[in-house]
Amino acid sequence: MTLLYSEVEEELRAAVRGLLADRCPPAAVLKRIESEPYDLDLWKTLAGEIGVAGLLIPEQYGGAGASASEAAVVLEELGRGVAPVPFFTSSVLATRALLATGDTLLEELAEGRKTAALAVPFAASPYRTGAAVRLEDGRLTGTVAGVAGADVADVLLVPVGGRLHAVEGGALVQAVPSLDQTRPVATVTFDGAEARDVGECDLAEVLRFGAGLLASEQLGVAEWCLDTTLAHVRERHQFARPIGSFQAIKHRLADLWLDVVRARAAARSAATDGSAVSVAVAQSWNAGVAVHAAEEALQLHGGIGMTWEHPVHLYLKRAKAAEIALGTPGDHRAALASLVDVPGPE
Amino acid sequence: MNEAEIKERVAAFLAEHDPDGDRLEFLRARFDAGLAWVWFPEGLGGLGVSRELQQVVERELAGTPELNAGVQGIGLGMAAPTILAFGTEEQKRRFLRPLWTGEEIWCQLFSEPGAGSDLATLATRAVKDGDEWVVDGQKVWTSGAHHSRWAILVTRTDPDVPKHRGMTYFICDMHAPGVEVRPLRQITGEAEFNEVFLTGVRLPDDLRLGEVGDGWRVAQTTLMNERVAIGGAPVRRGGGMVGVVTDSWRAHPELRTHDLHQRLLSLWVEAEVTRLSGVRLREQLAAGQPGPEGSGMKLSFAKLNQALSGFEVEFGRDLGYDDWTFRRSEDVDFYGRGPGYRYLRAKGNSIEGGTSEILRNIISERVLGLPSEPRVDKDVPWKDLPR
Repeated sequence: MTLLYSEVEEELRAAVRGLLADRCPPAAVLKRIESEPYDLDLWKTLAGEIGVAGLLIPEQYGGAGASASEAAVVLEELGRGVAPVPFFTSSVLATRALLATGDTLLEELAEGRKTAALAVPFAASPYRTGAAVRLEDGRLTGTVAGVAGADVADVLLVPVGGRLHAVEGGALVQAVPSLDQTRPVATVTFDGAEARDVGECDLAEVLRFGAGLLASEQLGVAEWCLDTTLAHVRERHQFARPIGSFQAIKHRLADLWLDVVRARAAARSAATDGSAVSVAVAQSWNAGVAVHAAEEALQLHGGIGMTWEHPVHLYLKRAKAAEIALGTPGDHRAALASLVDVPGPE
Repeated sequence: MNEAEIKERVAAFLAEHDPDGDRLEFLRARFDAGLAWVWFPEGLGGLGVSRELQQVVERELAGTPELNAGVQGIGLGMAAPTILAFGTEEQKRRFLRPLWTGEEIWCQLFSEPGAGSDLATLATRAVKDGDEWVVDGQKVWTSGAHHSRWAILVTRTDPDVPKHRGMTYFICDMHAPGVEVRPLRQITGEAEFNEVFLTGVRLPDDLRLGEVGDGWRVAQTTLMNERVAIGGAPVRRGGGMVGVVTDSWRAHPELRTHDLHQRLLSLWVEAEVTRLSGVRLREQLAAGQPGPEGSGMKLSFAKLNQALSGFEVEFGRDLGYDDWTFRRSEDVDFYGRGPGYRYLRAKGNSIEGGTSEILRNIISERVLGLPSEPRVDKDVPWKDLPR
């Protein structure tokens, strides 16, 4: 096992980065967030031509049979672009839940013909799972708030009592104003919705897997913020010199760089071994680094950083929302207490 | 040479030399067999092969006589790579073997009372007199000078040119008349450092390392190697300083509080991500793709060591100190002393070998490509600089 990137991963990165540079620069994301945040044409190209939708799906179901570390590289790039596509919600979270069942729906997801979402709050923690939906006579009733990716999903996957249920149509999905405008959340209401039992579901495991990979997206967000800020402080002059020549600014960026270097190691570790400890470490660290990087970017851009026209706010919103998603850093640190035997007061 | 071939070499060496015999003879033989530092050239303790194979050698020779990395640290980490890069053939043959075997200990005469972070302003003079140089000046923070046979020394040889251009690098004979070593007692109570006074010290020209006036470039090699050496050895998950602190935490449930628990978990995470970047850095080096991450390792270790050792004192609620006795220590032994010592000694981590502030400048300028601060002293002859 290695924490370095493989050649295959670097090729995949180059393909995704190239496409995003062409089709989805931050200015384009900014333009669409108030009307149609998701770019489904871009998603079609990513899913179909680059094949990211079926990355985690075994070849027998028409997927690429790739490993989590390849999906992680895609997430780094999507994070860099705050790309409004449902890769994380459909191809990582929902797909992981479905993988255990071997359901035929996997084939449709692999081809990108359909998109799925896991009907649990995006803020759910792997360490505390509870269902808001109940099952009666094969029909689902209940309301789930804060579901990410539901507004663009063809299929909702609903975990109830250790089983996974698929709902296609028959649910009321209401997008709500979301802090993260590039990955909005919705309220999903089931009122006796018809559901198909597709198999067993270990929800905690699925959420933990997602949390581990989310660390790579957070790394991408942090990298964009650092790179963009470095470019700005080299260009922006005050007091007759680039502001990047002032130690007050250089030292903050050196510290931030060091945080990002460590976030990369943590993300790689979570993606390659996926153990409970690695995931908890990566989320405890990377969630905060992404938020800190976005906050530093905003501050060091000065007034322009506070405007709607500069994309840095998209990254701040993504970072802050992702910090809460799938367990806060505090939740993950609390989990470490028992995982690495650092018990609290008795 | 690959892993299997180097294993054969080691096996052949072990067949001829008994590790349970005389320690020094064994180490000398190991050097002569090229198994000291395999990436060094043949005849100089190495085999001219890739550095990663050293790990194989260390594994194969586990349990045989080992170096004292603490006492020999400056020789191994800083003097040796500098001698290898800039020394004459004669200097390499004379110095590297006894340096490696520990027969001759080295120290580093760099910092001065008036030249710390701004090392290039140093004032210790070396004046040519026939085939010899006469050195006068004062150095400070010299670890281990009291048991050193040799030192690496940077001096000013031309005060009429700007500071970076007028320096020359020497190997200093610590037994030469005029070298006086005085202990410098530290906040921990012990004296691992010294002040070194150089009064009319005569050094033959064949102890010069590199060209006259090229001392700054030679010193850069030493300093880069110093930071790599301080960057930290591989540790297991939960090991090193965080291991000491968590052991103490586990042993004293009665002292635990919720606040300390939260802070310890945060520090544990920081220690783990720092460890992982060290692992990644070593993987990059082994793959022949050194990344810029190395520049940051010393900075993160310093911060972490200070936070952890401060935490440990607070957790223990012990107002005592293990031992204030004045002693001349051989090396820094974090783990052999109490929490109070660890806390106080760790304060040096952000100063020694380049302050954290200087390291942040280096990262921001060399890694992140940010513009440098205006330099007012760049073109001014050293003798005209305000002091």
